[in-house]
Amino acid sequence: MSTTHPRVGLFVTCLVDMMRPSVGFAAVKLLEKAGCTVEVPEAQTCCGQPAYNTGDRRTAADLALATIAAFEPYDYVVAPSGSCGGMIAKHYPLLFAEGSPERRRAEAVAAKTHELISFLTDVMGVTAVEAAYEGKVTYHDSCSGLREMQVKAQPRRLLASIKGLDLVEMGEPEICCGFGGTFCVKYPDISNDMVDKKASDAEATGAGLLLAGDLGCLMNMAGKLKRRGSKLQARHVAEVLAGDLSSPAIGEGEE
Amino acid sequence: MDTTSPRFPANVREAFSDQQLQRALSKVPHGFIKKRADARDRLPEFDQLRDQARDIKNHTLAHLDLYLEHYVDKVEAAGGRVHFCTSADEARATIIDLCKGLDASTVTKGKTMIGEEIDINEALEAAGITPVETDLGEYIIQLRHERPSHIIAPAVHVNKDQVEADFRRVHSHLPPDRVLEEASSLVNEARQVLREKYLAADVGITGANFLIAETGTSIIVTNEGNGDLTQTLPKAHIVLATIEKLVPTLEDVSTILRVLARSATGQEFSSYTTLSTGPRRSGDPDGPGEYHVVILDNGRSRMLDTPFQHMLRCIRCGACLNHCPVYQAIGGHAYGWVYPGPMGSVLTPSLIGIDKAGHLPNASTFCGRCEEVCPMRIPLPSMMRHWRERQFERHLTPQTVRWGLGVWGFFARRPPLYRLLTGIGARALKTMAGKRGRLNSVPMAGGWTKHRDLPAPAGKTFMAQWKARGR
Repeated sequence: MSTTHPRVGLFVTCLVDMMRPSVGFAAVKLLEKAGCTVEVPEAQTCCGQPAYNTGDRRTAADLALATIAAFEPYDYVVAPSGSCGGMIAKHYPLLFAEGSPERRRAEAVAAKTHELISFLTDVMGVTAVEAAYEGKVTYHDSCSGLREMQVKAQPRRLLASIKGLDLVEMGEPEICCGFGGTFCVKYPDISNDMVDKKASDAEATGAGLLLAGDLGCLMNMAGKLKRRGSKLQARHVAEVLAGDLSSPAIGEGEE
Repeated sequence: MDTTSPRFPANVREAFSDQQLQRALSKVPHGFIKKRADARDRLPEFDQLRDQARDIKNHTLAHLDLYLEHYVDKVEAAGGRVHFCTSADEARATIIDLCKGLDASTVTKGKTMIGEEIDINEALEAAGITPVETDLGEYIIQLRHERPSHIIAPAVHVNKDQVEADFRRVHSHLPPDRVLEEASSLVNEARQVLREKYLAADVGITGANFLIAETGTSIIVTNEGNGDLTQTLPKAHIVLATIEKLVPTLEDVSTILRVLARSATGQEFSSYTTLSTGPRRSGDPDGPGEYHVVILDNGRSRMLDTPFQHMLRCIRCGACLNHCPVYQAIGGHAYGWVYPGPMGSVLTPSLIGIDKAGHLPNASTFCGRCEEVCPMRIPLPSMMRHWRERQFERHLTPQTVRWGLGVWGFFARRPPLYRLLTGIGARALKTMAGKRGRLNSVPMAGGWTKHRDLPAPAGKTFMAQWKARGR
C-alpha cells in the first residue's frame, strides 16, 4: 500500500449513480485533493441493502460477493454514504458463515471500507478544505453514518474550515428523517410524520441550506421541503466541501 | 390479550387522526430523553455498567434451569409458594383459584405488564372479583377502559384535561366544585380514593422487576409507593412474573438497578425499591399471610438458544420506546398487543407469532437509536431484521415486494444490464420532470409522492459520465 497515494476504489452508491452524479464527482475531487488515486470499478451496482433489510439474505449475499470481488484490489473502499459504507463495513461479514473463505474476504474488505468524510479526516488527515460558501447551513446526522460509522464531528470540522459558512444546529440533528429505504414507501404515513418534523426542525434554524452525508435521507428531506413550499435547499455535504455548487440543489429546477 | 397487530396500517391511520393522542405524544419525548441523557452524563461508568448488566443476564439465561431451581427452594424455605405456568390460561386459572381459596372479593394491583399479557383483570371480573389498579397511570386507564400505551407510563397517551374529566365522571361522590386543574390535585384525589381500596382488599397482585435466586426475593421498583401498600396490607400477596426476571444474586440486582431507573426516567434510583421474601413471619409488624409467585413462560423458553434470546435480557425500562421516532409518531396502541415500541416489535412476534405480528419488525427505519440507549445492549434492529428474514423464508413477505425485489435483484446482479436500465430510468425521470427538477407524482411510486416530491435525476448517470470522461 502506498501511504502517500493510496488507491481508493470509489463505491459510488446506486442513488448517487442514478440520481445525483455531482456527489460522485465531488467525492472524486475531495479524494484526489487529499492525495488519493481514485478508481471507479465498473462491476459495482448496489450494496444490497434493499434485499438485506427485506430479509432476502441470498440476494444480499450475491450482491455482497460481487461488490467484494470488485473492490478487493484497492487499498481503501470509500462511499459518499454512511448507509452503504456501513452495509459493507458492518454487515457484509454477517452474511457469510463464520470461518468460511467468503467471510474472510468480506472481513478484509469491511476493514478497509470508509464513509467519505470520515475517511478524509480520520485516514487522510484532512483538516481543512479550500471551498467558499457564504451563509447559514444546518447538518442532519444520517442514522447509519452516525451510529454505525461514528460520523459526527468530522463533517462539522471540515465545514468549520470554510470561511463565511455558519453552521446552525437543529434541535434534534440526530433523529431519523424517516427515509429508512423501503420503509418510506411501506409505511408512508409514519415516514411522512418523521420527515415533516425534520423539515420543521431544519427550517427553524433559519439556514438556507440543509446538508447531510447520505443521498437517501437528502432526497427524502428535499422532497418534503419542496412539497411544503420551503425555501430551504438541500445538498450533499461533499458538494459544499468540494466547492462545487454548479448543479442545482436537490429537487431544484434549472431556471 | 387479543391482538390488532395484523391491522397495523389501519391502527396507524387511526393514531394520526386521533388529535388527543397526537397532542399527548407531542409532549412525551423530550422529558424522558433529556432526563436519561443527563443521568448518563452524571455517571461516567454508565456504559461499563451496561456491559456488566448485559453479562449478568447472559450468564443467568445460560444457566436458567439451575437458577430457577435454586430460587424455588429459597421461596419455599421462606414459607412462600411458586406456581409454574406454561400458558396465559394456566396462569389465569392459578390466580383465580388462589383468590377463590382466600374468599377474595377485591384485589388491588400494582403495575404488571404480564397481567396485561394474560388479561388478568378480565378473568378476575368474570370470576366475580373486583380488580383495582393502584398505579396512577393504570388507575386512569382502568377508568377509561383502555390498555397501557407504554410499558412504564401506561397513560402517556392521555392528556391532563381528559384525566380531570374522567375523575369528575367516576368520583361522583366528591364535591363537583373542587379544583382539579393541577396534576398534583389529580394525584391527591387518586390517593384519597385508592386509600380505602387498599384497606378493603383481600389479595394484592404485583408484578416483579426481578426475582433473586440467592434469596428467593422478588423486587418491585415504583415511584408512587402503591406497590408497597398493595402487597403488605391484604391477606395474600401474589407476584406475577416471567422466567426471564431471574437474577442470581442481590449484588447482581444492584448493578442492574443502577442502569434501570437512569434509562427509564432519568432518576438515579426509583423512589421505592421493595424487596419481598416470603409471607409475614411471626414477629413481623405487617405483611401478607400468604406469598405466592406465579412464574409464566408463555413462549419465552422457546426463545432460548435462538437469535431472539437477547430479548430475554430486557428489563422493561422503556428507553427504546421513548427514543423511537416511530413510537413518538404513533404511540403504543397502534402496535396492537401488550408491548409497544422496538422491544415489542421483537418480543411480540416471538410470543404471538410472526404471521400475526409481521408488520411490527418492518415498521422501523433501523435508525438504531433503540440499541444505542438500551441499558442491556439488546441488538433490537438486528433482531427485527431476523424477523424479516423469517418472514421472507416463510413467504410471508407480500408478493409484490418479493416480485419487485426479484426484478431488482436480477438487474443488480448484472452490471451491464443494470447500467442500461438506470440510464433509461434517469433519462425518463429527467424528461418527465422537465425544468422543474422534481416530480409530484410518479407511476408506482405513490408511497413516496403521496407526501413529498421526488427530486429528479440529473439526466446522465455517474457511471456513464465517468466513462465518457475516459476515466
